[in-house]
Amino acid sequence: MTTEMAVPPNLIGVSGVAGAPEAADEPSVRPATQVRARGDAQTLPDDSIKIRVEDLRAYFGASEVLRGITLPIPGKQVTAIIGPSGCGKSTFIRCLNRMHEVTPGTRVEGKVLLDGLDVYRDDIDPVRLRRRVGMVFQKPNPFPTMTIRENVLAGMRLNGLKVSAPDELVEQALRRVALWEEVKDGLNRSGTSLSGGQQQRLCIARAIAMEPEVLLMDEPCSALDPIATARVEELIHELRDAYTIVIVTHNMQQAGRVADRTAFFYMGHLVEYDLTDVIFTKPKERRTEDYITGRFG
Amino acid sequence: MARHTDREYEQELEQLRNTVLLMGARVEQMTKSALDAFARHDVELARETIALDSEIDRLELDIDERCVKVLARRQPVASDLRFITTTLKIVTDLERMGDLAGNVSERVVELDSTSLLPVRASLVQMGHVVSDMLHEALDAFIDGDAARAERVIQRDSVVDATYAKIFPELLGHMMEDPKSVATAQKLQSIAKYLERVADHATNLGEMVVYMVRGEDKRHSGKIGRGAAG
Repeated sequence: MTTEMAVPPNLIGVSGVAGAPEAADEPSVRPATQVRARGDAQTLPDDSIKIRVEDLRAYFGASEVLRGITLPIPGKQVTAIIGPSGCGKSTFIRCLNRMHEVTPGTRVEGKVLLDGLDVYRDDIDPVRLRRRVGMVFQKPNPFPTMTIRENVLAGMRLNGLKVSAPDELVEQALRRVALWEEVKDGLNRSGTSLSGGQQQRLCIARAIAMEPEVLLMDEPCSALDPIATARVEELIHELRDAYTIVIVTHNMQQAGRVADRTAFFYMGHLVEYDLTDVIFTKPKERRTEDYITGRFG
Repeated sequence: MARHTDREYEQELEQLRNTVLLMGARVEQMTKSALDAFARHDVELARETIALDSEIDRLELDIDERCVKVLARRQPVASDLRFITTTLKIVTDLERMGDLAGNVSERVVELDSTSLLPVRASLVQMGHVVSDMLHEALDAFIDGDAARAERVIQRDSVVDATYAKIFPELLGHMMEDPKSVATAQKLQSIAKYLERVADHATNLGEMVVYMVRGEDKRHSGKIGRGAAG
């Protein structure tokens, strides 16, 4: 599902993709997917919502991979997206920071409101948007030719931002991801000299050095061993206080461990969205039940 | 419900379910047998009934072990998780019911055959209700029938009411005729055992409702939730 790129795509400046901005303001003729989200009606007050997704549809050419997703994402919480391969979960988070449109032949309809601001509006610069909505990918992808220090600063530099106190920023970001103690004596070593788990934490440090408000994580642990996974999950718990995190995962136990809320996607539809405790003990939808208990397909 | 993609897992759950059913059937058999022995004053049957308890104890250990293995290796969720947690709890109730049926049988062995017949008739009547509650609770478990389980829960008050009447009746007999004290005490114990079996059947019913619907019926609204959790 995940497209791997040599350069961290959250740093690529792409704008003016045809189709998306115009389509965003058109009301959809199709009804929104019916979603049972009783827990949310009771526990998610309007002012706690960081990202409001409304009737989101995404296409690869003529193929509609997201079929009208309406989903409120609460701020400073962890929201997990689960579902089988091809359900649209990676596409979904790539729509949140306008990464989907980077792929040629793609198109987006519907609304993504970040603090009420429609990110698909004509005058929104996707590059600036991605500074607010950062992304971490499946495979750790530090820049191979850069040192650890340069990697942390890469986001700022590639965005042409002045860093007034780089040493402090590097230390702060690396401390935030609990990597500082492990690398402080070798900041000029290559980023790729680190272990897989360390590389992934370095990529998270690079993302948070930009001081984003939202952190999107696309299968961030799928290439990591259980101990490295546990460290990233511990980090997610830490980061939750400061960031809104949306994580896509194939690993349901991981959703159970890290997420406050879990959304189950199937074939481009949102089937169920509720508190993680509810999803894993008494889901309301049969399709959710079948998927998480391993009765699918 | 659809089957699990992993057939070995499906089989593990199926075997676990069958073992619970076997244990339930044994407990039901033991309860009925203890009541028959009491009703007919059949000391021989009472002795045989006591001997049934060891198989129930063995099944309890077997089921616990299977549940722990599934938890450790499969990390069950949703209905599977509710099935496993329900099973872990109801085996304890079933095992206690077996013990109580054994206790009834022990008192039958000690009792003489003739005195206080009217109270015995009330106890036999109570025993029928209790035994039926157990039967219904087990059927509700097998069929995943929450409505049936709720009817079991409601019947507990009937048993409690009968039990509440038996004690003053026995007390009256004891005051009237001190020679009846030894027998009356044994009958009082039997009444208590039966009342406890009904409580355990009620627990079964509550757990079945949880297993099926995910609703916790225990301590029906008497305890505030949230603050402690």
